[in-house]
Amino acid sequence: MCGIVGLFLKDKSLEPKLGEMLTAMLVTMTDRGPDSAGIAIYGGESAGRTKMTVQSDDPDVAFDGLDKTLAKVLGGTVKMTIKSTHAILDLPAGTTATARTALDEMDRGIRVMSRGDSIEIFKEVGLPKDVAARFDVPSMSGTHGIGHTRMATESAVTTMGAHPFNTGDDQCLVHNGSLSNHNSLRRKLRRDGVHIETENDTEVGAAYLTWQMQNGATLGEALESSLDDLDGFFTFLVGTKDGFGVVRDPIACKPAVMAETDQYVAFGSEYRALVDLPGIENARVWEPEPATVYFWSHSSAPTSSEKAA
Amino acid sequence: MQTIDLSDVGLRETNKTLHAQAADTNQTQWEIINPRGSHAIACGLDAPIEVTVKGSTGYYCAGMNQQATVNIRGSAGPGTGENIMSGKIVIEGDASQYLGATGHGGLIVVKGNASSRCGISMKGVNIVVQGNIGHMSAFMGQSGNLVVCGDAGDALGDSCYEAQFFVRGSVKSLGADCEKKEMRDEHLTLLQGLLDEAGIDADPKDFTRYGSARNLYNFDVDNAGAY
Repeated sequence: MCGIVGLFLKDKSLEPKLGEMLTAMLVTMTDRGPDSAGIAIYGGESAGRTKMTVQSDDPDVAFDGLDKTLAKVLGGTVKMTIKSTHAILDLPAGTTATARTALDEMDRGIRVMSRGDSIEIFKEVGLPKDVAARFDVPSMSGTHGIGHTRMATESAVTTMGAHPFNTGDDQCLVHNGSLSNHNSLRRKLRRDGVHIETENDTEVGAAYLTWQMQNGATLGEALESSLDDLDGFFTFLVGTKDGFGVVRDPIACKPAVMAETDQYVAFGSEYRALVDLPGIENARVWEPEPATVYFWSHSSAPTSSEKAA
Repeated sequence: MQTIDLSDVGLRETNKTLHAQAADTNQTQWEIINPRGSHAIACGLDAPIEVTVKGSTGYYCAGMNQQATVNIRGSAGPGTGENIMSGKIVIEGDASQYLGATGHGGLIVVKGNASSRCGISMKGVNIVVQGNIGHMSAFMGQSGNLVVCGDAGDALGDSCYEAQFFVRGSVKSLGADCEKKEMRDEHLTLLQGLLDEAGIDADPKDFTRYGSARNLYNFDVDNAGAY
């Protein structure tokens, strides 16, 4: 099954409560998937800086002196905030590729969860309430965020198999459903030099979007072409630096409910996830149409485009 | 009027209380408050009672209903009224996918829109939707009537048997073996009756009837090579 939630705030006064609201929504979805959980928060950016969230199964050893080592390689200040198995690395702008290479060379078993100016991704095996508490998600503020709770069907229950998946700078993907052509698509993408770490189907979906965008597609175009190239069931929720997008496969058997008020746009796998949001009684509540790409952005007007059959 | 606060009493107790009502119960009017999108509210009722749910419901509300009337004062989640046998379900808002799936009898009324697979494999239920319905509706519908005052999505009535569909607006596409049919007097009478029962003011003459072309009923030996 899996459960997905998303919250895009229009009302700035709610921003300090983003983590708290998103956590409550995600915890409500626990019985759709109690294996593992993850959350992507867009907490805002600071000029001249960028961020990476990294994870290690042995954080005490792996993160020991990591900031100093990276600062030497990158030649600038590196600030590290450790949260349980994750560390947020605050880096000089434009250094994530170098940092990634440096982390690989260090060979400390450090895995990159996210990269971008605003995004932070936290995900682990366990119940949503435990995962959220572990990273203190309820105290986080931000402009928008998405969350996922997983019931694994296509691959093992591991941290790397948990969602969200980082698809590019400040972009991430969560998925409810299962892709049936992920093995052949993984082989094709690997032949084209795309790095895919696990046997997970959603990672292939994420890698596919990244690959499309590297070849010049916009995120909207990449999502539209996913309707042709991905076989299986999916409701995707995609986070970008300034908003989020939703797309469902043409069969649309994976549930999705949206709610919009003057204060926010919210997404939930079920209406249950939305019931505690302020003013939900008077919100416009609807189901996104199949094979239609929707976008909400802080920098432009909302769009929706239906993919011709 | 008996009022049950679902968030306080819990789902099991709520349904147990409703199930305990006998055919000759004096407590015929029930109200459920704070449904908060919960699953399986008022499922499996079998008594002539009227239950009004004040808010939106989750999966399978009023599933397997017999005799009872269930009013949903909000929107309804997937599988609402699944396998309804008799009685009535009225949804004030929208209904999610596979509304009234495999329903054998009774009436379901939707004041808003119904999503995909509305009335899938219907076996005698009547469904009246004031708005639009989604794709693959009434797939393999066997009997009963689906009335749509708005538009129907892709593949209406795919592989249907003897269920009938009345659509006032457009049909995006017809499914395999579903075709447009003539509206005769008996159909106008039937449709008027359904609209009256649903409390919807519409003129049966504005509707088009669709149903099975019956080409898939029997195996065509010319297709033997395809297997």
